[in-house]
Amino acid sequence: MSQYVLRRLMIAIPSLLGISVVLFVVLALAPGDPFSELATNPNVPPEVQAALRARFGLDDPIYLRYLHWLNAMMHGDWGFSFVSRMNVDTLILQRLPTTLYVIGSSQILALLVAIPVGVYAATKPYSIFDRIANTLAFVGFSLPTFFTGILFILIFSVTLDWLPFVYTTDIKATGIHYVLEMIRQAIMPVAVLGLFQAASMTRFVRSAMLDVIRLDYVTTARAKGLGQAKVIVKHVMRNAMIPVVTLIALQLPAVFGGAIVTEQIFRIPGIGSLLISSILSNDTPVVMAVAFVFACLVVLFNLVADVLYGWLDPRISLR
Amino acid sequence: MLDKELRSMIGDVKDGRMDRRAFVKRLAAVGLTAPMANQILSIGGVAMAQSPSPYPPTKRGGGGPLKLLWWQGPTLLNPHFATGTKDQDGSRLFYEPLASWDVDGHLNPILAAEIPSIKNGGLSADAKTVTWKLKPGVKWHDGKPVTADDLVFNWEYASDPATACVSISTYSGLTVEKVDDLTVRITFKEPTPFWANAFVGAYGCILPKHLFADYKGAKSREAPNNLKPVGTGPYKFVEFKPGDLVRGEINPDYHMANRPFFDSVEMKGGGDAVSAARAVIQTGEYDFAWNMQVEDEVLLRLEKGGKGKTLYAVGGDIEFIAINFTDPNIEVDGERSSMKTKHPSLSDPAVRQALALLVDRDSVKKAIYGRAGRTTANYLNGPDDFVSKNTKWEFNVDKAIALLDKAGWKPGADGIREKDGKKLKFVYQTSINGPRQKTQAIVKQAFQKAGIDVELKSVVASVFFSSDVANPDTYSKFYTDIEEFQIPMTQPDPALHMRRYHSRNVATKENKWQGQNFPRWVNKEFDAAVDAADTETDPVKRAALYIKCNDLMWQDTVVIPVMHRLAVEAASNTLRPALSGWANQTDNIQDWYREG
Repeated sequence: MSQYVLRRLMIAIPSLLGISVVLFVVLALAPGDPFSELATNPNVPPEVQAALRARFGLDDPIYLRYLHWLNAMMHGDWGFSFVSRMNVDTLILQRLPTTLYVIGSSQILALLVAIPVGVYAATKPYSIFDRIANTLAFVGFSLPTFFTGILFILIFSVTLDWLPFVYTTDIKATGIHYVLEMIRQAIMPVAVLGLFQAASMTRFVRSAMLDVIRLDYVTTARAKGLGQAKVIVKHVMRNAMIPVVTLIALQLPAVFGGAIVTEQIFRIPGIGSLLISSILSNDTPVVMAVAFVFACLVVLFNLVADVLYGWLDPRISLR
Repeated sequence: MLDKELRSMIGDVKDGRMDRRAFVKRLAAVGLTAPMANQILSIGGVAMAQSPSPYPPTKRGGGGPLKLLWWQGPTLLNPHFATGTKDQDGSRLFYEPLASWDVDGHLNPILAAEIPSIKNGGLSADAKTVTWKLKPGVKWHDGKPVTADDLVFNWEYASDPATACVSISTYSGLTVEKVDDLTVRITFKEPTPFWANAFVGAYGCILPKHLFADYKGAKSREAPNNLKPVGTGPYKFVEFKPGDLVRGEINPDYHMANRPFFDSVEMKGGGDAVSAARAVIQTGEYDFAWNMQVEDEVLLRLEKGGKGKTLYAVGGDIEFIAINFTDPNIEVDGERSSMKTKHPSLSDPAVRQALALLVDRDSVKKAIYGRAGRTTANYLNGPDDFVSKNTKWEFNVDKAIALLDKAGWKPGADGIREKDGKKLKFVYQTSINGPRQKTQAIVKQAFQKAGIDVELKSVVASVFFSSDVANPDTYSKFYTDIEEFQIPMTQPDPALHMRRYHSRNVATKENKWQGQNFPRWVNKEFDAAVDAADTETDPVKRAALYIKCNDLMWQDTVVIPVMHRLAVEAASNTLRPALSGWANQTDNIQDWYREG
C-alpha cells in the first residue's frame, strides 16, 4: 500500500511541473497587461509605467521569468500581486477559510442528500420515490447555479426577506449570534451549490448501486438470510462506492471552479472571486498562483481517489 | 460673454453688489461651469467661499454603521498607488487632502485652514505660487500632529519616479517648500491657472511622513502602512481584505465639528451592478452603492416601492465615437494607422460630417442611458457644463445622404456608396459592454440607411483598454475605421482632457502607442490653443481657448460625441450623501448623514 502511494506521488511531481510550465506560458502569452488601467490614465506618464514594468520584471524573456518564478516558489515565495502590492500567499490564505467553509458545507450537504436518496432509490427501482428523485435530480443538474442563485435571491431575499444575499466576512455579532449569522448567510450559496452537486451525484449513486445490487454475491448474501439493511450497507455499498469516490474526488476541484459563479452572485470573498477579479485586472501573479492551487488540488484529489480505491478494493493497489 | 462685462461682474461680487451664487448662475448660462466660475472669482480676487453646509447633525457619531457597496472592492489603500477609483474611494475614508471639490463644484477646505485666494494672500497674481495654510491642531490617527513637513514629504514622495506613484504628474512640475510649521508654498515653473491640483482631491491625499519616510523611492512597495492606513480622516482603519472589504470606525478626534455622523463604515466589494442596485434600492441591505451601470429601465423598476433611489452627479465624462484619420488597412514600416497614410474615405470632411448626422443620440438616450446620460454635440462637457454654445448635433439621414451625394459618394451596384473605387465600408469597434453593443446596433442601422456598410467588432474590455504593445485590438492602436468608448474627466479642469488631442500626442509605433491622440488628428490651430491655455492666467481668455478647442474638434468631426454620462449611484431613501461630479464619491464622506 505505502509503495503504491509513493508511486502515485512520484507521478504527481512531474505533472505539477508540467502544469506550471503550461500555465506560465499561457499566461505570459495571453493578451492584457497588468498596467492597463494606468495606461488610460492621462495623469500617469509612460516613464512611470516603464519603470514599473522593469521593476516587476515584465520585460524579461518568458523562460527567465518562469525560472525566477519556480525558484521563488521552491522557497515558498508566491510572488506578490501587482494590483494590491501584497503577497499572493497572504491574499490566498485570507480567502481560503471562506472558500473551505462554503464549498465544504455544500459538499457535505450534497453527500448527505445524494447517498441516502441514491441508495434508497436503487433498492426500490421504478417506485414512485425513485421516479420523483430521478426527476428532481434531472431538473437539478439541468439548472445552472447562476440561475438557481438568482432565483433563490429573488425568493428568499427580495420577496420573503428572510436571508441576506450579500455574504459578509465581518459580522459584528459575537458568540452564538456570530455562528447563527454565519450559518444564515451561507444557507443560500451552500444550498445552491450543494443541491446542484447532489443532483448529479444522486443519479450516479443510484446507478452504481443498481450495478452491484444484481450481482450474484448479493443474492448469495440474501440467501444466507442476512437482513436487507445489512446486505445493502455492508455488501452493496462498499463496492458501489468505488465509482462514486472517483466522481467526488475528481469533481471537487471542479466544484472550486463552479463556485466561482456562486461566489460572484453572493459576493463571497473566496478563491474563485479572487481568480475572477485578478483575471479582469490582469494581475498575473495571482492568476498564476490560484490556477496553480487548482492544479495542485486536481492532482491531490486524484491521489486521494487512488488511495481510497486501494482501501475500498485492495486488489487495485496490488497491481 | 464680453470680457468687460465679466470683469465688471467680478467687481460687483467683490464689492458685495452681486451674490456669488448669482454670479455662478450667470456664468453657467453662458456655458461656464461652477468650478470654473469659482476659479474665475478666486483669480479675480474674490475669496472662494464654500457652499453653505447643509449638514444638520449636531453631535459626532450616533448614526450607526454606514454600509457601502462597490462592485469591485478596493485592492490597496495607498491613494498614490491607486489603480482605479475603487482604491481612491477606499483610501479616502482614512486619508484626506487639503481641499476637495464639493457638490456645487466649490473648493472645500478639508485639512486647509482656508482656500488660498488673492485676497488672503494665498495666490500670487502671476499664478506662479500658491500658499496653503494647514488647519492647526489636526492629528494623525496615531496622535502625531500634522505639519508642513508632511506636505513637503508627500511632494517628494509622489514626484520621485522610483516611488512609481500614479499621482506623479500632479507633483512633478512644481516645488513645495515649508514656510512655517503650518504653511507651505507651492511654486510652479510656469503660470498655472489650474492651481488647485496638488494636495486637492484623490491624488491630493496626504500620507504621514513619520510612517512613510523610510519607504520613499524603490522601497515604496514594502511600506507596511500601504495596507494599514493611518490618516486624518473621519474614520480610523480597522480591517482590510483586498478586493473584498474595508472597515473603519469613527475617529473621535476628527477635526471637523459634529462629524462624522456614522459610528463605523464598511465598504464591501464584488458582484455586479444589478445586484448592488438590488441590495440598496430594493432590499435596503446596504446604504449606498457605487456606479450603477444598469439600464435605466431596470433601475426604474427597482425604485418602485423600494427602500432606495438612484442619485446622479454631473461631471464631464463623455461617451463618443472616434474617427480614424489614418488608414488602418495599410501597413507602413510595420505600423497600421500610420501617420504616413490618410484614410481613403474618412479623410473627406463630408463623410465625417455625414457620419455625425447619422448618430441618433435621442434613440441612444431613450433606449439605453435614460436618466444617466445627456445628449450632446460637444466633446468637452465640463467641468460641469462647460458647454460650447456654438455647436449643435442633429440626426438627419436625408441631410447625410445629400451631403454624401454632393461629395461624389454614389451608391454602387450593391447599394454601398463609393467614389473612385473606394467604398464606404467601415469597421466599428468598441469594448464588450451591453450599452455599447446596443449603441453599435442603433448606429449601424442609420449608417445602412445612408448606404454605408458597417462591420461591428467588439473586444473584451481588458484587451481593448490595455497598453499591451503586442495586441492589435487596443483602442490606442485603433486599427479600425471608427471606435467607441468613454473618456472620464478626472478633474474639474479641461487641461488634461483636451491636451490628449495635441498633435505631439499622436499614438504611434514610436511612442509604443502611448500617445492619447488616437484619431491621429493634426490641427495647428488646436495645438496653439491648447498650448496657450496651459499658461493663460486670464480665466476668461483661458475658458475661451478651451471652447475654441472643443469647437475645432466639432468642426473637423474628430469625434462624434454620443452621450454626456452622469455618475449614477444608489442610496437608501434616508441616506444623505454629499456627491459631486467633480470628486470621487467618498471625497466628502465627512458630510454624509442619515435623516429620520
